Amino acid sequence: MNHLDIDKIRAQFPVLDQQVYGKPLVYFDNAATTQKPLCVIERERDYYLHENCNIHRGVHYLSQMATEAYENARKTVAQFINARQPQEIVFTRGTTESLNLLATSLGQLLVGEGDKVVVSAMEHHSNMVPWQQFLDRINRTELDRINKINRINNLLVIRMDKNGVLDLNHYEELLKQRPKIVSIAHISNTLGTVNPIKEMIAMAHKYGIPVVVDGAQSMAHQVIDVQDLDCDFYVFSGHKMYAPMGIGGLYGKMEWLEKMPPYQFGGEMVDTVSFEKTTFNKVPFKFEAGTPNVGAALGLETAVKFIQSFDRQEVEAYEDELLRYATEQLSGIEGMRFIGQAPKRNGLVSFVIDGIHPYDLGTIIDKMGVAVRTGHHCAEPVMTFFGIPGTVRASFAMYNTKEEIDIFVKAVDKAANMLR
Amino acid sequence: MTIKEIQDSIVEEFSMFDDWMDRYAMLIEMGKECPIIDPQYRNDNYLINGCQSRVWLHAEKRDGKIYFTADSDAVITKGIINLLIKVFSGQTPADILAADMSFLDEIGLKEHLSPTRSNGLLSMVKQMMLYAEVMNG
Repeated sequence: MNHLDIDKIRAQFPVLDQQVYGKPLVYFDNAATTQKPLCVIERERDYYLHENCNIHRGVHYLSQMATEAYENARKTVAQFINARQPQEIVFTRGTTESLNLLATSLGQLLVGEGDKVVVSAMEHHSNMVPWQQFLDRINRTELDRINKINRINNLLVIRMDKNGVLDLNHYEELLKQRPKIVSIAHISNTLGTVNPIKEMIAMAHKYGIPVVVDGAQSMAHQVIDVQDLDCDFYVFSGHKMYAPMGIGGLYGKMEWLEKMPPYQFGGEMVDTVSFEKTTFNKVPFKFEAGTPNVGAALGLETAVKFIQSFDRQEVEAYEDELLRYATEQLSGIEGMRFIGQAPKRNGLVSFVIDGIHPYDLGTIIDKMGVAVRTGHHCAEPVMTFFGIPGTVRASFAMYNTKEEIDIFVKAVDKAANMLR
Repeated sequence: MTIKEIQDSIVEEFSMFDDWMDRYAMLIEMGKECPIIDPQYRNDNYLINGCQSRVWLHAEKRDGKIYFTADSDAVITKGIINLLIKVFSGQTPADILAADMSFLDEIGLKEHLSPTRSNGLLSMVKQMMLYAEVMNG
């Protein structure tokens, strides 16, 4: 048994302690966003109560304090994922913005006409559409534009099998085509597959290709060490790791960040400006145009400290046990078909029940107080691959319990009987 | 029966249940009884936008009245479209266009269906009104 005191953890999350439709809320939509502990909410509130100020520019006391706090948050995040230096952390709005930044900036640095980019078959739209659209933009000619022809066939996609496991032989084949960038999910938001990213990064590096890792689903659940992984970029969202919405990050190796052109332009990211010429600020400020979300960054720092206050191995083991238990209990339901059966999975279970539309199931169990996600989970190509309109996805966080899983499984069973 | 009479009887039927489960059970039943669209129309041209699950709707005019058929891959959605079909099918375009839709609030459908479904519901009503407009006169 582990020593996590789940009751004590749950007390930190007041939102969990409520009824919906007269039933106790069971919140299993953590892969979409986790709830926020009191310490995070209070940190952001405190900032606006006592510390609010624009940063990096005022000479006055409050501005200096806020700047220091913001830069300390950067340090905390850098240590959390073992970056070499705080400057390797760029604050963004989240994973989506980080990936758009990379598709634009790293794309501009490395990818020319006819060049290729590799993603996998299980990517979230956020780690596919920005690359696809970037490739289209640089490859489409004026004539293509007139004829409305897309040039997105330079996006190479690593195949997966029926269990939701990436085909590494196919990956090797794609690498031989000398793509300029590889961008892959650490953990699939739809299938829960934990990809062997360390191995995949090493494979790409043999060909001198940099690797971007989409860590949206992993930061809250796994210990991330960017130096050990040797990834070139690691991107994440705060709101999926107990932090406020509107803040996230991009880790990049300094050698890349220094070479990359800015993404957005404006205040803060410049060095000297005249009408003839502008020079840019140094990394990471070069990538942080405009006033950042300081309050949320401080909330993110508190969320990191919150996660660090637990034994990470214990949390991981507990969450694995929740997943194992949920899978075992669900498998007793008639017509159950799990989508994603990779040997290494984390944080979520995705399924369909024969003859029942995921929306119908989600609608009914919602009425029983259970919050899950139904639909394509922003990964339509994954649904197309499995030939289904969507799945029901239950995703867990450290505050969830086996008792909640029991309620959930009973609700699914009851709904399935109603719908059959 | 007039549109108003049909609406009143639906409101009465729904008001017999206080439990939401029973109301959904009824919607599911209605879904199973939906007059199904001819397979030739079950294509993108007849798909209603704004629904998270797919809904196809077809209308034809006979003797000055409109008759609807539909289908959906989700049974609750099919129940909702059938509820609307019960109200509108066999009515004249002018009557459909003049219909007061506040009965949806009375049976709590708009309020209690999830927002995406609620949008879907509004899209369905809009699409039926559009058919009525085109077929009017």
